[in-house]
Amino acid sequence: MDAIQKSLLEEVAGLHEIPAGAYNIRANGKSVGRQCSANVDIVPKTDVSGIDIIIKPNTKNESIHIPVVLSETGLKDLVYNDFYVGENADVTIIAGCGIHNGGDLTSQHDGVHSFHLEKGAKVRYVEKHYGKGDGKGQRILNPVTKIFLGKDSYMEMESVQIKGVDSTKRVTTGVVEDGATLIVKENIMTHGTQYAETEFEVDLKGTNSKADVVSRSVARDESRQMFLSKIIGNNECTGHTECDAIIMDGASVSAIPELTANNVDANLIHEAAIGKIAGEQLIKLMTLGLTEEEAEEEIISGFLK
Amino acid sequence: MLELKDVSFEVTDKKGQKEILNNINLTIDDHKLIVITGPNGSGKSTLAKIIAGIYQPSSGQILLDGKDITDMSITERAKAGISFAFQQPVRFKGITVKDLIKLASGNQVTFSEACNYLSEVGLCAKDYINRQVDNSLSGGELKRIEIATILARGTKVSVFDEPEAGIDLWSFKNLIKVFEKMHKDIKGSIIIISHQERILNIADELIVISGGAVESVGTPEEILPQLLSDEKVECSCCKGDL
Repeated sequence: MDAIQKSLLEEVAGLHEIPAGAYNIRANGKSVGRQCSANVDIVPKTDVSGIDIIIKPNTKNESIHIPVVLSETGLKDLVYNDFYVGENADVTIIAGCGIHNGGDLTSQHDGVHSFHLEKGAKVRYVEKHYGKGDGKGQRILNPVTKIFLGKDSYMEMESVQIKGVDSTKRVTTGVVEDGATLIVKENIMTHGTQYAETEFEVDLKGTNSKADVVSRSVARDESRQMFLSKIIGNNECTGHTECDAIIMDGASVSAIPELTANNVDANLIHEAAIGKIAGEQLIKLMTLGLTEEEAEEEIISGFLK
Repeated sequence: MLELKDVSFEVTDKKGQKEILNNINLTIDDHKLIVITGPNGSGKSTLAKIIAGIYQPSSGQILLDGKDITDMSITERAKAGISFAFQQPVRFKGITVKDLIKLASGNQVTFSEACNYLSEVGLCAKDYINRQVDNSLSGGELKRIEIATILARGTKVSVFDEPEAGIDLWSFKNLIKVFEKMHKDIKGSIIIISHQERILNIADELIVISGGAVESVGTPEEILPQLLSDEKVECSCCKGDL
């Protein structure tokens, strides 16, 4: 890997060197490094580009890295990664995609991920998207995440896109069985003329299934954001969805929460708030000696923390 | 030393121009604990905000150690050594108590320093340091954190706008101790906007504002008896049969 790819890798996966444990590093559409562990098997797909990640039952405290970097202008990369997490396994999966586009052609990465958690499995999934490069070419990321949570399993997904992605449409679906829990935390910041669209659809299928989908976003300059969140309660369940957005400059934000209860014991809540930074917040930080710009940055970075 | 010279403040509303402060002249010496009191709507909070730079006076001059700070922004005044504690502290999503204390002190704060500021206002650092300054905090907790940020700043002039508002009785006793300790430790001056007799009692000097003007200035011994007798105002509409 070259220096650009290494810096992207550090940005999206916090990797300075080859990680311990299982990993698959994909650069410009090809796998450039792969390692399995005693409990985690990574198998390349034969029909399409991508990998199957098979995690043995009862695997504990392992982390799996599957970052993607793109530094070739004009490259359109489509990859399918499927995770099969065995019973009672407890793992952290770190994905993420960084694009450096120094040319004038569009660079695009569409990662289609599926997660299949067996009974009692627990996954923390961290996904970070980042773009840079001074070319005129667009940097586009369209991740699709399909989550299937078996009985009493638990998945926490943290999705972050802070900088440099011109256009993104992120679609996440979840099917949550008996006693399982899905937590989603999304942080997005758009600037310039960027566009970000998020779509969540969670089917609370099982008894005592739970979902909490929270999005915090900041839209600056002339950027646009669209947030759709749909929770369907098909059983005795608890669902909460929240969109909290700070709007600045000439930006535009839409939040469309949708709840459907098909069971009398479904308990569903949605919250959506869009607004500019409160003047009194700026004033408070200015009375501590920050300039208005510094206060603004502090409020935004706290909000997206 | 903080000086206000002929400070006036007017606002324009639907009914036209309204005078909130009228030719205020004050000199607040270093090392002094000053309490500004007066009836609701008399202009006390406006005066505090004018000192902090949140409002700009319509006319007049504000001097800090002889330097004219009238045209300085909130940030410039903060850097020049003025702190301001809000009557209703602001909430932030994501910003923690630690972040706020760090910003207030202007540099890195050790855990033990942050612990000292928080314990002075009756909060245990272990329980609060990583809490977000958001809706999860009660009004009283927020108020104490607000005061802790002023302690962390340790500036020449500290202005507190009704610090007792929203504070429970137990905290109130401690609040008095906080001001007494601050008065002893900090070389600067402390200006408190308050209605509370117990806060009025600890002042070196009381300033009574009424109808946007300074009505009287003196020690608590001189001013309090007058103030307390004024409280017993009979309302004419309560006389006679209803």
